[in-house]
Amino acid sequence: MMAAKFLPADKLNEWIAELAESRRVLVPVTEQNAVVFRPYAKDTEPVFGRQANVPPKASIFPASERLMAFTYVKNPEDLGQVAVEVQETIEPEPTVVFGARPCDARGFTVFDRVYDGKKVQDPYYKARRESTLFVTMACDDPENACFCHWVGSSPSDPEGSDVLLTPLEGGFLVEDVSKRGKELLSSKLLSDGSKKVKEARAAHAAALAALGEAWSPAEAPAKLIEKFDDMGFWEQVSAKCISCGACTYLCPTCYCFNVTDERKGMRGERIRTWDNCMSFQFTLEASGHNPRPTKAHRLKNRVGHKFSYYPDIHGGAIACCGCGRCIKFCPASVDIREIVRLSVERPVSKPEKQ
Amino acid sequence: MPVLEELKAQIARRLPELDMVIGWGHGYDCLHRTPVFIENAADIEKLVFDPLCVHNLSTYLTRYGSGKKIGVVVKGCDSRSVVELLQEKLINRDNIVVFGLPCEGVADLGKVKRALQEQNLDMGRVKSATVEGGKLILAVSGKEVALALNDVLADKCGRCRYHNAVIHDEFAGTPVEGQAQDAYEDLAAFENQTLEERMEFWRGQMERCVRCYACRNACPMCVCRDHCIAQSRDPNWVSQGDGLEEKFFFQMIHAMHLAGRCTECGECERACPVDIPLLLLKRKLGKEIQELFDYRAGTEPEVKPPLLAFKVEEDNINERGW
Ligand code: SF4
Ligand code: SF4
Ligand code: SF4
Ligand code: SF4
Ligand code: SF4
Repeated sequence: MMAAKFLPADKLNEWIAELAESRRVLVPVTEQNAVVFRPYAKDTEPVFGRQANVPPKASIFPASERLMAFTYVKNPEDLGQVAVEVQETIEPEPTVVFGARPCDARGFTVFDRVYDGKKVQDPYYKARRESTLFVTMACDDPENACFCHWVGSSPSDPEGSDVLLTPLEGGFLVEDVSKRGKELLSSKLLSDGSKKVKEARAAHAAALAALGEAWSPAEAPAKLIEKFDDMGFWEQVSAKCISCGACTYLCPTCYCFNVTDERKGMRGERIRTWDNCMSFQFTLEASGHNPRPTKAHRLKNRVGHKFSYYPDIHGGAIACCGCGRCIKFCPASVDIREIVRLSVERPVSKPEKQ
Repeated sequence: MPVLEELKAQIARRLPELDMVIGWGHGYDCLHRTPVFIENAADIEKLVFDPLCVHNLSTYLTRYGSGKKIGVVVKGCDSRSVVELLQEKLINRDNIVVFGLPCEGVADLGKVKRALQEQNLDMGRVKSATVEGGKLILAVSGKEVALALNDVLADKCGRCRYHNAVIHDEFAGTPVEGQAQDAYEDLAAFENQTLEERMEFWRGQMERCVRCYACRNACPMCVCRDHCIAQSRDPNWVSQGDGLEEKFFFQMIHAMHLAGRCTECGECERACPVDIPLLLLKRKLGKEIQELFDYRAGTEPEVKPPLLAFKVEEDNINERGW
């Protein structure tokens, strides 16, 4: 049974401070014009009214993560003989991500199918995932670039969250979503909220309605495959892209990585860093051949991965949470919604007769 | 004839000889414009020109193989990039048709965002935007907000000396009169700090860098692109790590590679998704170049950029006096 609690608005920071006593709490804060997640400290002033520029992806999947440290040791008897000593470094830190949006929390469900699947489990990801809880803030006023309702989500989607907060007059409805979330609700700052549930449901419905009618990407997987060789289409929709990668770095569902050994002298570390399918190096092969030589090929991969290839192998789940960051922060305003829609609506161009 | 109509007519006239013309059109919401690629007469209707046309479209000129004939629409500052690209022989004059415009300034959406935030409103929720009588009038979350255009214009526009395209094959509208002075006064406060203070400032800023390289790719003068040393493993100058050292190191490399070439268009800063004030670094180098070589990038098509030339003795570098 889900518990419904109420937190008065003026106790919000107190609750965060209480949570921060025993673990790292990441909250959205403003720096310049940007909102980013930072560990909560005494004087931190969190901002909850707007979507963060950078999602809390790094809380579980750091931009750069040490997988292991290594040291080369020379055999003093035979200096040509070198052994490698390896120290594995899994360092999960108990964390609460406080005040992310439903889209941000749902983003990790896309990761889960890949890094915590039936066949393969990534120990680094799993350890961080298990040590991180999400106290999510339902959206009350979606933005122009938002389209979570297209991809099976909503501004109050609890999927991926442990606790869902809903802003109400004078405070927040606090509902547990997971068992671990329930444990966070024992705070004395929370009172009974059962009388406010109706108000919260109405707020959820209003936020969803504010998004307008949803467009269904159900046909997208097949249509994108159909257009796989239609490079004319891809060149057209990628014309303004400058191949920067801001879209993938800011995406809560982009999970591709690079692994490199960064070595100085006899020591080094193997790190895993965010990679980016919009860059040339992403598929550059050791031979020098690159199967995705142009930005059109790369944009095709980004859109295809999210709306076609991933759903095909993961039971129809779309690898996009509709947060709209790739639209909002793209320096050229490339709009993934438009590309997916065009892929469905436009016929495949006929190759010109030679 | 209004500027936009004149521009459309010029493009219609020149289009038959061109593969495409790059201009601005409507983006995903009322505050965003987006580059449009005009290939046929019907596309011309997509064109827009107003203070929300921020992109420097010349960045696309080096993205097409040689042989294509491309038209590009430029404001004054954008035209400087075209000049610099020509000076460096990165584009071929015969393959470019420049549609020059007069410009009184473009909005800095970062400033619009901040102005709205002060009223507890969010830029992402603006439902309509009109420019009228020196004001940017916005409808957002059920309220009407009128921002004085002067308060939200990009800083570069306040010190603009090149309102009219400095190079053009076609020019639409009437040239804007007057020019501001730019004595790099905005740098004074920064330069008055100690080196430690400056480093501290950059540490604080670079911490949010997501290493996306939008700053690099938006830059019209950054032409190494796929072969940038930031990502190359051979040679391996910059580690893949995301520490402050790597991030700042990359910005220093970018700034140095742009010294004497950067036209201070501000695209690097505009493209940055986490609002890092990158133009400050570029302006600082621009000022040094100005003092050392009396040179402003992209303003004199006939001149050879000083760092591409060799002079036994530079006029402003008193080597013998050292
Ligand atoms: S952010 Fe925009 S321009 Fe940059 S790679 Fe993504 S789609 Fe292309
Ligand atoms: S693809 Fe774009 S809209 Fe979808 S999750 Fe990623 S950033 Fe958000
Ligand atoms: S710097 Fe000058 S030309 Fe450029 S946008 Fe501003 S006013 Fe226009
Ligand atoms: S470094 Fe920045 S300001 Fe200079 S030319 Fe490049 S994008 Fe423009
Ligand atoms: S655009 Fe901004 S976040 Fe991206 S690499 Fe440049 S400085 Fe970093």
